[in-house]
Amino acid sequence: MPRKADVKNKTMKSPETMISLVWRRFRRHPGAMFGAVILTILVISVLLAGLSPHDPEISDIKNRFQPPSWTYLFGTDGLGRDVLVRVLYGGRVSLTVGFLVVGISLSIGVPIGSAAGYFGGWVDNFLSKVIDATLSLPALMFMILLAAILREIDLPILKSDSKITIAVVLGVLSWPTVARLVRAVFFTFREMEYVTAAKALGASDLRIIIREILPNGLGPIIVESTLGVGYAIMEESTLSFLGFGIMPPTPSWGNLLDNAQEHLAEYPWLAIFPGLMIFLTIISINFIGDGVRDALDPYKILTQIDE
Amino acid sequence: MGQYIVRRLLQAIPMLLLVSILLFALVNVAPGGPLSQFSRSRRMTAERAESLKRQFGLDKPLPVQYVVWLAGNDWMAIDTDGNGITDSYGTRKGVLRGDFGFSYQNREPVLPQIMDRLPNTVYLMGLTLIVVAIVAIPIGIISAVKQYSAFDITVTTLSFMGRAMPEFWLGLILILVFYVGLDNPVTGKSLLPGGGMYTIGADFSIVDRVKHLILPVSMGVVGWVAWWSRFLRSSMLEVINQDYIRTARAKGQNERKVLYRHALKNALIPLVTMIMIDFPYVFTGAIVVEQLFSWPGMGRMYYDAATSRDYPMLMGVLILGSIVIILSNLMADIIYAYLDPRVRYD
Repeated sequence: MPRKADVKNKTMKSPETMISLVWRRFRRHPGAMFGAVILTILVISVLLAGLSPHDPEISDIKNRFQPPSWTYLFGTDGLGRDVLVRVLYGGRVSLTVGFLVVGISLSIGVPIGSAAGYFGGWVDNFLSKVIDATLSLPALMFMILLAAILREIDLPILKSDSKITIAVVLGVLSWPTVARLVRAVFFTFREMEYVTAAKALGASDLRIIIREILPNGLGPIIVESTLGVGYAIMEESTLSFLGFGIMPPTPSWGNLLDNAQEHLAEYPWLAIFPGLMIFLTIISINFIGDGVRDALDPYKILTQIDE
Repeated sequence: MGQYIVRRLLQAIPMLLLVSILLFALVNVAPGGPLSQFSRSRRMTAERAESLKRQFGLDKPLPVQYVVWLAGNDWMAIDTDGNGITDSYGTRKGVLRGDFGFSYQNREPVLPQIMDRLPNTVYLMGLTLIVVAIVAIPIGIISAVKQYSAFDITVTTLSFMGRAMPEFWLGLILILVFYVGLDNPVTGKSLLPGGGMYTIGADFSIVDRVKHLILPVSMGVVGWVAWWSRFLRSSMLEVINQDYIRTARAKGQNERKVLYRHALKNALIPLVTMIMIDFPYVFTGAIVVEQLFSWPGMGRMYYDAATSRDYPMLMGVLILGSIVIILSNLMADIIYAYLDPRVRYD
């Protein structure tokens, strides 16, 4: 029996929300916090790129190919532009593209996966065929073809901004992974009793999909999205490196490395820094993704008890 | 088992057709058809252009063009002079008989050109795959068996870094260190060559070939090993924690036999599937390596074709790549079903 003193002195703690639980477990993961710190530093520096006294696109031929110094922390490139500033602006491009791609693959993948998983039958058959067909294409080769074709056609949205073009190119091949994930979630949770109950109460299919089943998939979807930003950045750099992604003079980590290729022997700093940024960004994203995955994993507590 | 194979084969064919339709539609959206290469020729008149158009079947609607692309039109009567009377047969044999069209760049048939360069790519990527298998499998197994040991932690950290490293950056750094940086103590020139498959003009020498292979192979190996060792480690761990392993130990079986006879065999199943699924990279994964190291393979040919918008060539390589992917997935499923009988009754 709770004593009167106990009830009066202690206020009841409100039950812990899912978000605070996940955050608390995430904080305890050393790798994840490390990744989060690095990524925050990167994002802040990228956003503050405008503070630099150097301009990323104006050439200054007098000062071309300067090695790293106190004026030019990462040196200058072939047109005399400060590499640090270009790398930071490139970071903006790469991060924007990364998030755009994940946005696109979620917008396409979640509805398709939900439809396939919820309705089953011929809907699932057809959609699964589409998913499998997309996954049967050699990824990089197809993206190059698509990028080349999109350059030739004159679609108003795409021509103006190569970031959107490349996000579309990447998104077209990355939605199937999300769709498969969502479909699997639906197959698992379709038969749950609360779904049957909702149907008995007359809930529409859309409501059941969004309110009952989809929240169960939020965990894997979040993890996949986090890691997806990393993959997107990697693919975008590869495409830009090959010349089919972001076009110069807009800097992107990939096309900075492409320009560095010719002068590798004489001016190696041009190649080291952009690649280093890609590496650090993806590592921190992977750390965060792993941390989120562990924080969301309901079975992790059991294994911890075992240990 | 036979039934399973037949079923999967039958599923693979419509998949191939679907992929080919998709690619065909995409390529036809782009401007710059097969006649653009002729437009600069002085002997081209409007009539001849029209006649060529009809010979290639370009005046027909798209679905018909697709059928022509697939099965050729030399069995179809076409009308070359526009007067409504058919007078000859077409010249295309179609993809199903090996006619992938003519490259826009050099007007040579596409398929023989692909076959010319394919061996170089398979040589490079095949060796990479073998090295990856030799390195990653033992690492993954030992990592799992000695979980949380110093070896395991080092390996896990390294593979984490390997997965985040952009391939082309690693390649550039390797070239920087081994070609630009270090020098061969004997000859005073670079330690390792910076490109090419062999030294041009020199006699055939295994050492020379190996030297040219080291850097490109290393570039591909790092990322690949990072993925595989991590995958193998987790699949091995899953198996080791199973009850039947505990039973075998409880029955007094010595540890080595437990690992090799019981655990490894079962952990190998996902590994084999993974090898089959990664196998297509031997054909399709070489674009960046070949571009960086000037390797005369199919990847670089694809890259050059893409830069010149040589659509028949691009289509040809993409179709072949898709065929390899679909067949590899098929093989993976079949092998998995063979090794794990539970899967067959799907």
